[in-house]
Amino acid sequence: MRLKTRIDAAFGAETLPLVGFLIFVIAVFSVATPLFLTSANLGSMAFQMPVLGLLTLAMMVPILSGGLNLAIIYTANLSGLALAAVLIQFGGPEAGVGAFMLGALAAIAVGAASGAVMGWVIAYIGAHPILVSLAMMIFLRGLGEFLTRGGDISGFPDFMNTIGHGLVLGIPVPLIVFCLLAFVWHLMLNRTRHGYSVYMLGSNIRASEYSGLHTKRTLTLIYTISGVICAIAGILMAARFNSVRVGHGEALLLVTVLACFLGGVDPFGGFGRVLPVVVALMILQILSSGLNLIGANQHLSTAVWGLFLIGVMAIRWAVAKWLTRRIGAT
Amino acid sequence: MTEHSLALRLSGVSKTFGGVRALNAVDFEVRPGEVHCLAGENGCGKSTLIKIVTGVYAPDPGSTIEVFGEVQTQTNPRKSRAQGIAVIWQDLALFPHMTVAENIGFDEMVGGCPRLISRRSVRARAADVLNRLGVVLDLDMPLGALPIAQRQIVAIARALMGEARLVFMDEPTASLTQSETDGLLEVVRTLSAQGVAIVFVSHRLAEVLDISERVTVVRDGTLVGVFPTEGMTQARLGELMTGATLQSEVSARDQSTAAPVLELQDLTRAGEFEEVSLTIRKGEILGLTGLIGAGRTELAHAIIGMSRLNSGKMFLDGQMIQPASIRDAIKLGIAYVSEDRLSLGLIQPQSIADNTVMAVIDRLEDHTGLLNPAKSSSLVKKWITDLAIKTGNPSDPVSTLSGGNQQRVVLAKWLATEPKLLILDSPTVGVDVGARAGIFRIVRQLAEQGLAILLISDEITEVLYNADRVLHMAHGRITEEVNPSETSVEELEAKIYA
Amino acid sequence: MPNLLDTHKIELRLAAVLIAIVVFLSLATDTFLTLGNITSLLNNNAVNLIWAVGLLVVLIAGGIDISFAVAASVVQYLAAQVFGWIGGGNWALGLLIAGSLGVLLGTLNAALIHGFKVVSIVITIATFNVFFGLLMFFTRGRNIYDLPDWWVDRIFIFEHQSAAGTWSELNLSVGVMIACVLVTGFLIKFTTLGRQLYAFGDNPEGARRAGVNIWTMQLVAYGWCGMMAGIGGLMQVNIAKEVIPNALYGRELEVLAAVVLGGARLGGGKGSVIGAILGVMFVAITQNGLNLLGISPFAFQMIIGATILVAISTSNISLDLRNWRVRP
Repeated sequence: MRLKTRIDAAFGAETLPLVGFLIFVIAVFSVATPLFLTSANLGSMAFQMPVLGLLTLAMMVPILSGGLNLAIIYTANLSGLALAAVLIQFGGPEAGVGAFMLGALAAIAVGAASGAVMGWVIAYIGAHPILVSLAMMIFLRGLGEFLTRGGDISGFPDFMNTIGHGLVLGIPVPLIVFCLLAFVWHLMLNRTRHGYSVYMLGSNIRASEYSGLHTKRTLTLIYTISGVICAIAGILMAARFNSVRVGHGEALLLVTVLACFLGGVDPFGGFGRVLPVVVALMILQILSSGLNLIGANQHLSTAVWGLFLIGVMAIRWAVAKWLTRRIGAT
Repeated sequence: MTEHSLALRLSGVSKTFGGVRALNAVDFEVRPGEVHCLAGENGCGKSTLIKIVTGVYAPDPGSTIEVFGEVQTQTNPRKSRAQGIAVIWQDLALFPHMTVAENIGFDEMVGGCPRLISRRSVRARAADVLNRLGVVLDLDMPLGALPIAQRQIVAIARALMGEARLVFMDEPTASLTQSETDGLLEVVRTLSAQGVAIVFVSHRLAEVLDISERVTVVRDGTLVGVFPTEGMTQARLGELMTGATLQSEVSARDQSTAAPVLELQDLTRAGEFEEVSLTIRKGEILGLTGLIGAGRTELAHAIIGMSRLNSGKMFLDGQMIQPASIRDAIKLGIAYVSEDRLSLGLIQPQSIADNTVMAVIDRLEDHTGLLNPAKSSSLVKKWITDLAIKTGNPSDPVSTLSGGNQQRVVLAKWLATEPKLLILDSPTVGVDVGARAGIFRIVRQLAEQGLAILLISDEITEVLYNADRVLHMAHGRITEEVNPSETSVEELEAKIYA
Repeated sequence: MPNLLDTHKIELRLAAVLIAIVVFLSLATDTFLTLGNITSLLNNNAVNLIWAVGLLVVLIAGGIDISFAVAASVVQYLAAQVFGWIGGGNWALGLLIAGSLGVLLGTLNAALIHGFKVVSIVITIATFNVFFGLLMFFTRGRNIYDLPDWWVDRIFIFEHQSAAGTWSELNLSVGVMIACVLVTGFLIKFTTLGRQLYAFGDNPEGARRAGVNIWTMQLVAYGWCGMMAGIGGLMQVNIAKEVIPNALYGRELEVLAAVVLGGARLGGGKGSVIGAILGVMFVAITQNGLNLLGISPFAFQMIIGATILVAISTSNISLDLRNWRVRP
């Protein structure tokens, strides 16, 4: 079998073109600014990407199931808030590792709970995922603002710095966390009953029900797991920014959607893989850091994200059209 | 007033797509007020014919089309509707959240400049139309709240509001019960009496014979002939449609000494079936047939736990069972191959392999709790071989397979659950003749290996020649049991259509 | 007589709940049912109501638009530039310009959605960010104070001085809102175009087969939403007396939630102007009530969010007409 066919079979047909695009983007920025290919920049990118990456994983599976999770950012921040609350209870900057573990558990519980509620309403009541996650988003934002009175919560123990800014064997800790979870996601989607059900019900939920798949349980689990990984993202954000604010990372919602679609996830559900999404994330991080380095205004970057998303959808449309024309001609 | 002698006259109509001749010099005539059937297998050209008449496609040069006496040179859907031709596709193309009256009056909302509407006058005219049909419906009910049979009436009313004089209906009785079918036929007869011609398009033998006066049979784009349905048999019609002599050998065996697998005692579900009792033994194929809508599919749904019973008991291998869901049924060892292969039996965009393992996915895990790809691919390979599924690559989407091969994948999926009882509901709908024989060969083999099989079908020949015993179900009740070796197709058909 | 219970269940239920809340608040506080409070409620929600009827049309047509609030800000900014060039202007011109600019932005959405065959949520997330990013970039985040007098001067359509000497008034935005509501209601209820929109949202394939022009539907839906966005933005400046680029950011979600509460289906084919009004007023009155009852303002969003979650969940139970679950 040709090498290309083997790569396509193993990693998905979207991966090769994306890797190509990744190399292209690296080349462009390396030329555009001498600051790009520095260890400072590479390091900075390696530290920044994981939060976006975790949130993207949280968005990816709901999209695969034919839905959407608009509440990921506020779930993450509210989970971070739970962590902060526990830490502060145990002395704030003086809190010990035990308190941190407890806090992390609390954060994950919060994330799981909010995800479970959403999943339950979507699965058992049949409400539309966009609406449910929108309502949850409003609620969590409100709850967070109520608890924090709109301000920052800070004052965390020093050892959290190792999580947020530390290196293990030269690799940033957040990146290790992300790579681990990305691998877990890959396993979950490819090698578990749950992952299989996600794809099937994303394609055709009725037929899945008819064949005995437990669609309601799967849907609930999808959003619960999404909530858990949001919590981990929240913990990471708390460690990186050394504070928790309800609105942290608001702008990332769009980027997670963008990363999924750029990475080949079908907007209607049923198809998509982890590896191309990770490559897409790398591309987006490079774009963000690169634009920053060449002095582009942050707001301009926001506009660029939007244009990029439109561009990606346009290209997918064009490719789909070209493919059907080819099939039609044969 | 001049009466057109024919509502529709097609003469020498051909249509070529690329290099393929979809229609070959077909003649087709419909008289005003007639109930006519256009019959043929899937892909024979029926839909193409309708699309040519309504102007979606243009016919090849040399074709003549006359609509109510007027020669038609160029047409489009809007003109065709203005001429009085309406098409009711199987999905009805209605709007579930709009009311009955709004649905009936919708076609006037399209075309021309945006303008004011008088809701009251639309409603009044809709009421008129329903009157003409002799039907009473709540005009202000949202359409989605109505059962399918009533939605069909609304679709017909909509066509009538557009002053249709010729209505095409695509497989209208597919999801109707028997009394609903009767209701539909009442409406059709009323229309017919008012001079509106109805053309049913179908490939279902029972439907064709039940409802029309004349049938035009088309095969592979060519006209086979026009026949009165009075006196026509399913067997003959099937032969005309497929061009092959259908299997005519009874293969019934006596399984009365085998252990009973499924026993039903007086199953009743109000409005669907009443006091149904039957036994299926190991290795036996029990056929269940009757007029459309006699309650057979409803019975199957109750057996697999999709709907609840009002009374009665079910036993599997002697144990009483009360499945409350399809998952329960699978665990018990009951497998149900539904009639709707396209949207319920298979997930078309997903791969052949994924479709095959769907019902047994929880058995493919290894000790780590992860799915074992080796187990799954060997399972898929086994079934592809055992059922002789013609495919290139199991990771291709199942939509790339032919109808017959797709049906084999559905069978594979259910057989993989190692069921004790297999229920087949109209298993050869949409499958070519050649492929049908292959599927029944598999079914026979399964029975010989000890599987108990319930074969539900409209087609009398299919049931008579493949089952060991046949039950006739009418109006929700089992009316009699028939031994295929002791009767003939004609006899059974006479009883069913009596 | 048309049976309202079948087709307008949600609106009736919401109206009942709203009446209950109003009664409760009238009894629980002595400030709720005063002219001053009511007029202030209307003034504060006029812009939301204008946006709501714009969004309603999109929802009826089966789509969703979350870019309209930011689009309103863009229109404010662009309109300010235009009025600066022409050196003045008046309300008629203002409404025309704001409306047209809004339609333009809405048309962009429609073109992208129709042309590339992409789901509306994805396109409008994208345009949301393009509009906001570009707006913030060009304004450098700064407010615009230098605006023509006609735009920022208070105009009252109703005034009343109470015995105690306090004034209650309704300002121009309420008047514009009433006009927008009436015109939208007229469009969707009494014209063939409106009926086509409902059909298109309900069953796009069925609509296409019946001869409805899909592009026209998209254009009307997103164009109308854009127009209302622009007009709302124009009125917002009259209230705030400044163009504040990021002031409207985030308001689209509340409006969406309110309109859905009022009966518009995300899948299309359903919704009414009355429902949209009830939805917006429900959120507004609840917030107003919480305020008057002395509950911390930080709790508002939380309570609103929870209420919406509950409402959306419970309203779905009886209304999923295409419910395919196991029969009872």
